[in-house]
Amino acid sequence: MESLLHRYRNITVLFVAILAQIGAIAWQVRNDNDVPLLRIWAVSAVTPVATAIENLRSGVFGVASDIFSSHGREESRAVRQERDRLRLENQLLKNELAEAQKVGTLAGFQAHSPSRMLGARVIGTTTGMSTHSVLIDRGSFSGVRKGMAVVTPDGIVGKVLEVYKFASQVLSVTDPGFAAAVESQKNHTRGVVKGQGSGNEKIEYVPAGQKVEKGEIFYTSGEDRIFPRGMPVGRVTSVEDGPVFQNIYLQAFAAEAVPEEVFVIVDPVHQEIPDAPPSDTPVFLAPDVSGPAGASGGTGPQTPTTIGTQADKIVEQYRQIGAAQNHVYGEGSAPNFNIKVPGVNAPGMPAGGSGFRGAAAVTGSLPARGYSGGATRAASGYSGRVARSASGYSPAAARPATGGVIPR
Amino acid sequence: MGSYAGRILVDDARQVRRARYPLWVFFVVPLVALLIQIYLPLFQTLRFMAKIDLPLLVTIYFALMRRSQIRGLTIGLILGVAQDSFSRFYIGMYGLCKTMVGYFSASVGLQFDVEHPFVRMLLCLVFYFFHQFLYWVLQRAVLDQAVAFDFLGEGILAVVHALIGVALFHFLDKLRVPE
Repeated sequence: MESLLHRYRNITVLFVAILAQIGAIAWQVRNDNDVPLLRIWAVSAVTPVATAIENLRSGVFGVASDIFSSHGREESRAVRQERDRLRLENQLLKNELAEAQKVGTLAGFQAHSPSRMLGARVIGTTTGMSTHSVLIDRGSFSGVRKGMAVVTPDGIVGKVLEVYKFASQVLSVTDPGFAAAVESQKNHTRGVVKGQGSGNEKIEYVPAGQKVEKGEIFYTSGEDRIFPRGMPVGRVTSVEDGPVFQNIYLQAFAAEAVPEEVFVIVDPVHQEIPDAPPSDTPVFLAPDVSGPAGASGGTGPQTPTTIGTQADKIVEQYRQIGAAQNHVYGEGSAPNFNIKVPGVNAPGMPAGGSGFRGAAAVTGSLPARGYSGGATRAASGYSGRVARSASGYSPAAARPATGGVIPR
Repeated sequence: MGSYAGRILVDDARQVRRARYPLWVFFVVPLVALLIQIYLPLFQTLRFMAKIDLPLLVTIYFALMRRSQIRGLTIGLILGVAQDSFSRFYIGMYGLCKTMVGYFSASVGLQFDVEHPFVRMLLCLVFYFFHQFLYWVLQRAVLDQAVAFDFLGEGILAVVHALIGVALFHFLDKLRVPE
């Protein structure tokens, strides 16, 4: 017996190895479970090296570009991150402006601000013949959780599939296993975008007869409860009629190249789907309501401010309201955003708030649904953090303007 | 047949000698192969690297050169499971394929002069195809995915892997402990 085992030792080991793996696969399939420990070990072994290589590469390229290029500083990572963040803010503000123009009689912004996001860097792709996913350098340590949406200023990138301590695996929009609820911009046709393993994604479950045009842009509809409504997805490249459903293909905006930096949406806030194209098309921008005319109530002089965007102004406003109550963000319960702080959300004092008519300016008239004081987040420095809305956004909540001042 | 086969086939047991490597090679080479596969495709110009299965070539190489079926399947199993860990599929898919590739590579290594470039090229080609076919079968049978096997595409990739394999094996030969 012993000699028999010794004689067939090799083939026995092979069978044991094969059976063990088939058993492992069967167990995972049957219980829909994973073997997280193995993944954690492998990812933990490789991601620090990948992160180090990426840091080294970006450092070397940064120094080289600083030395050899007159525009080197502009291309540094920090500036690119800031540019991406501003592009995203700019995009969302353009969307909001387009919505404001549509309502026409409304003179102010809808009281909302973008989702809270966490900046992350792509440090690797993942293996697999028919899979498309990437690794990012943010994990559970940074607050990333499974199922969170990942976006860039161009559009959605994917969703978090697995979370490790210092890294996460993101399922790309091009992966055949990816799906998200979408809605077309022009005709508001709803469907589900599914990855096809290539650059062309398919929109499924759009009944024959519903109007979808080539070149139309699809946005997330928010129905999947992963992606907030209003994030760009892609542009329709072909539309064919089918017996029951149409065959619609689109080119995902964020799938053209693997992005270097992405944003994980930690706290999603739904946006409206704009009527105007998301980018590359000039959008009329009305004069800033906090301009030299002193629209902030008209009583206090305007203090010059270094705050760049409206989102920054909202963040600054919330920060000042919090400071007036000696509140430290991230600790304890949320401050009361309805109180009036002179010079911030009430007229009478010069302040850096500059009279922006954002959410906090419309005291007492926030939509009750979904409001939470804790929904505001102070943004500081990079990390992709931007102010988020204090309420669920709804066109019905738009406030008409009277003489440039939004009535309470 | 005689002279040609004489150069390729191992006709003397004494010819079957196991190549020896420093211990670090068994850790660093697979790690680098994995890193290359997950890192280089990030760059637009190097996206094709996602299609190059360097861990498979490393498995074939060590299995061939160590000429031990158990060692071959062990290397394949470890590298395959590591690859599975980075994919979104179940653990064991690549592991199973590479286990079998490692085992059969080592079996072939006992019969052929695996230092011959033509043999290496042929083995890389055959084993790549075998690996992809096995993976496809698993996808259909285990995961119930209706994926098609792209014979032409896989054939081209098999040739590419064969060429890369010859160059890679030549480089890895330099890491051997001199006899």
